[in-house]
Amino acid sequence: MYPENYSYTKEHEWVSVEGGVGTIGITHHAQKELGDIVYVDLPKLGAALASHTTFGSVESVKAVSDIYSPVSGEVLEVNTLLATQPEKLNEDPHGVAWLVKIKLSAPDEVKSLMSAADYLKYIGA
Amino acid sequence: MIGMKSLDELHAHLPADAVIQKPLDIAPGLSEYEIVDYFKARAAECASGYTSFLGGGVYAHYRPVMCDVIASRGEFLTSYTPYQAEMAQGTLMTIFEFQTMICQLTGMDVANASMYDGSTAVPEAAMMACRITGRDKVVVARNVHPEYRQVLDTYLKRQGLPVETAAYDSKRGTVDLDDLAKHVDGHTAAVIVQSPNFFGGIEHAAAIAEIAHKAGALLIWVFTEAVSLGLLEPATEADIVCGELQSFAISPSYGGPYAGVIATKEKFIRQIPGRLAGETRDADGRRAYCLTLSTREQHIRREKATSNICTNQALIALMATVFMGVYGKQGLRDLAHQNLSKAHYLASKLPLRFDGPFFNEFVAKAKNGSPAGQNAALRERKIIGGIPLGDFYPELADCALWCATEMNKKQEMDSVAEVCA
Amino acid sequence: MSLGKTVQILNQNEGLLFESSSPGKIGYQLPPLDVPAVDPRKVLGAGNTRDEITDFPEVSEVEVIRHFTRLSTWNYGIDLGLFPLGSCTMKYNPRVNELVARTEGLAWAHPYQPEDLSQGAMAITAELERAIGEITGMESVTLQPAAGAHGEMTGILVIRSYLEKQGNPRKIVLVPDSAHGTNPATAAMVGYEVRTLKSNDKGMVDPATLDAAMNEDVAAFMVTNPNTVGVFEENIVRIAGIVHAKGGQVYMDGANMNALVGIARPGDFGMDVMHLNLHKTMSTPHGGGGPGAGAVAARAHLEPYLPTPRLKQENGAWTWDYNRPDTIGKVRAFYGNFGVLVRALAYIMAHGGPGLRNATVDALLNANYLRKRLEPHFDLPYQSPSMHEVVFSHSRQEKRGVKTMDIAKRLIDYGFHPYTTAFPMIVPGAMMIEPTETEPKQELDLFVDAMTAIAKEIEADPEFVLKAPYNTRVSRVDETLAARKPVLRWRPQVPVSRAAD
Repeated sequence: MYPENYSYTKEHEWVSVEGGVGTIGITHHAQKELGDIVYVDLPKLGAALASHTTFGSVESVKAVSDIYSPVSGEVLEVNTLLATQPEKLNEDPHGVAWLVKIKLSAPDEVKSLMSAADYLKYIGA
Repeated sequence: MIGMKSLDELHAHLPADAVIQKPLDIAPGLSEYEIVDYFKARAAECASGYTSFLGGGVYAHYRPVMCDVIASRGEFLTSYTPYQAEMAQGTLMTIFEFQTMICQLTGMDVANASMYDGSTAVPEAAMMACRITGRDKVVVARNVHPEYRQVLDTYLKRQGLPVETAAYDSKRGTVDLDDLAKHVDGHTAAVIVQSPNFFGGIEHAAAIAEIAHKAGALLIWVFTEAVSLGLLEPATEADIVCGELQSFAISPSYGGPYAGVIATKEKFIRQIPGRLAGETRDADGRRAYCLTLSTREQHIRREKATSNICTNQALIALMATVFMGVYGKQGLRDLAHQNLSKAHYLASKLPLRFDGPFFNEFVAKAKNGSPAGQNAALRERKIIGGIPLGDFYPELADCALWCATEMNKKQEMDSVAEVCA
Repeated sequence: MSLGKTVQILNQNEGLLFESSSPGKIGYQLPPLDVPAVDPRKVLGAGNTRDEITDFPEVSEVEVIRHFTRLSTWNYGIDLGLFPLGSCTMKYNPRVNELVARTEGLAWAHPYQPEDLSQGAMAITAELERAIGEITGMESVTLQPAAGAHGEMTGILVIRSYLEKQGNPRKIVLVPDSAHGTNPATAAMVGYEVRTLKSNDKGMVDPATLDAAMNEDVAAFMVTNPNTVGVFEENIVRIAGIVHAKGGQVYMDGANMNALVGIARPGDFGMDVMHLNLHKTMSTPHGGGGPGAGAVAARAHLEPYLPTPRLKQENGAWTWDYNRPDTIGKVRAFYGNFGVLVRALAYIMAHGGPGLRNATVDALLNANYLRKRLEPHFDLPYQSPSMHEVVFSHSRQEKRGVKTMDIAKRLIDYGFHPYTTAFPMIVPGAMMIEPTETEPKQELDLFVDAMTAIAKEIEADPEFVLKAPYNTRVSRVDETLAARKPVLRWRPQVPVSRAAD
């Protein structure tokens, strides 16, 4: 369920790093807690994200949750699929429903995040 | 049953220093008959039996009987905000129809379920423009309703959002485009213009939109006389259209309750304040309606909400919806045409101050330069004349703002001409 | 089939008004024009004139009345039965109030007509100001705000202007975590940063927590009393003292004033400024979500800052005073929702002082009766004495997988409008019930029967309750679909070719 090669935050985001580019999403646990997701608000291309600060939000019918960036960097790509099909975030949060890809400015930040095993322990699964 | 010996026990736990010390100084209750009598007596102290040519944001239009008949039904009158969709499909469907008709009239893509009134819709629209553009300054034309501009100041000042005023052309009474262009810059979130403006004149949407858009600002188009929408080309160049629906079957009622509305383009729906009704399906696949996109609102987003608005003007919006249904496509046009014709007949008898096109209001110079004197003479004929403009516009102290609607008869207008010409 | 208060009966289908539309149908008649008809294109300019209002409805008069009457039968109102929405005070709306608001000289009064021809309307406004001042124990009242949230904005603006005059508007507004969402939204609109205070285990403001948060950067503390758990803040006088000691002001959200009229006055227990929802406490109809009116009452030291204009008497006549140098300005055009004010005054006159107090006591009695009878079946998270409303939680039913919203939907099948769900936020799975004083015991008993029956249904077959309602015109409405794919207006399905008709 939780890919071993991803790193996780206490705010229930994940990041996977490949060649200096981090792909960021929310976890399966997060989508389950939120319920039916109806809207995803994401940053603009080129926006600068700082780790542990909010860069967007996810909405269900009656709740809004901020999304925090696990790492710092510049937004290279935004998942446009979510604009028309926010439900994908419920269906495949670790896969097609990634949120943004960023160029990491401080790759070492990843080291302070949780492993899949630690995250599972954290959510008490 | 609830284990108490007397009714006083229900509030005996209140701290002694918080309870009332003596009975309320309010007279004992009255019967229905006495209450009706009291209000009839107060009404008799008002302007019963007068003919009026007052406009200025509040218009005397005929109210089809149907509007009160529908709005008096307990199922509408005594219902609540339709949070429980399964038992409020009636209210929800009428809101959906209201939103649709407002879009059809204004040329916008989406409209909300109503705001308190036109004057509060304007600052809400301005705040919306600030959120969209990330800018903080708004420029408002000086011929936008003066009270609306005062409300705009009250709302925006404490949020650190500066409001600048652009002059009107002293010959035509419409926005002075050169002066407007001087105020609009890279900090401007919105340009706010009213049409028909406070003087009744028709503004030029394309030219104003060009000034706003060139600087990356939004255009907010305001209306106070909704009947004009029956004849006037909608300002589709605008980004936000907002205004007052009092003209659609709402009694003048000494200033309220009325209903405001905000309409906008599809791309801005996440920033529109207030309630929205949307179409959806029920569990069995039937068409159904519910309130939607609620995450914009205060009960969910709290201090980050698009507005603090909660209660709006649903029943008033319902009356307006019935009104639009009764008049319909041809009727609203005919009604607007009657207003246009009546106002132009009256205008033909009075010395006009401005020379631009107008709908059912216009500014005229008063006899001997004294609107007060002129109105005193009209009072002897049981006529309330135009609004003296000196309090709002010192430079127009010798002028009055006249309005004629379908309710004003030719004979009354001839009478005005005898006194004022 | 009969269930609770309901029996299934025939109900008319009805589409949107646009769907009954066909070209040329009309529902109106204007009198003949008695002046020369002008050519719109000529006097307005061709570019300013529209040819038609595309797709606007074209229906006959009988279609209009049937349309809206059919839709009305899909609604529920107080006229049909108990409407126990907590915090909303859905009490009976006396019909004489509707009649007097339509009295011709009042309904047709234009806000710009001369003051000497408006004396009756001004006298009504003045009389209501006086009555609300007496009820709240405050020296000054403005009736201009259009609704509760608008009143909150007015009150916080007044506080801001008052503090500015002292030299510093300050930066922060404190709100308890039990507050209505309008409170933090209002503070933000007036330019304040919002800080939230945690309630204590009685569901009340903790004086120690407030004391720790209170400093010279805090402009105001916004408190609802009774609070949203339906409990009177036992430390309210101390709370006011803590805020005042640091130079702050106390704003009271008066949404729950129906619990206090004639029993306790906010002015007496230390509140500086407050609003009163006339569409709650003073019985003016909610109308499916407005219009309301949000009277604001303030202590004398805040009077100079109230919105303009203010009523005053000069040589025995009423006049509007615009010359108010310290005012916050105008909060809306004209003088307020006058038509709502007329209804509110009629309500106060019908009750009189003693009657208003009796109504409050009856509201407390009804709420406490429901509390006592429902307590065996539902969890009561706070044991503090209830005022006019009682807040249960779904925690017992949740163990069977049924939540507050599901119980609410099943309640509809029994013929009742649900209570307030999921608010206040400090009670997970809240069921907030406010019966008001106007409910007869029989109606309350039917409600108790329905709630008890649902509790039993949940024990027997929770799945069944999860799919409720069953007896309504539409089954459970898909709010997720509505939010994912917003359809906010009607559009014709296929372009209609007028020429082909």
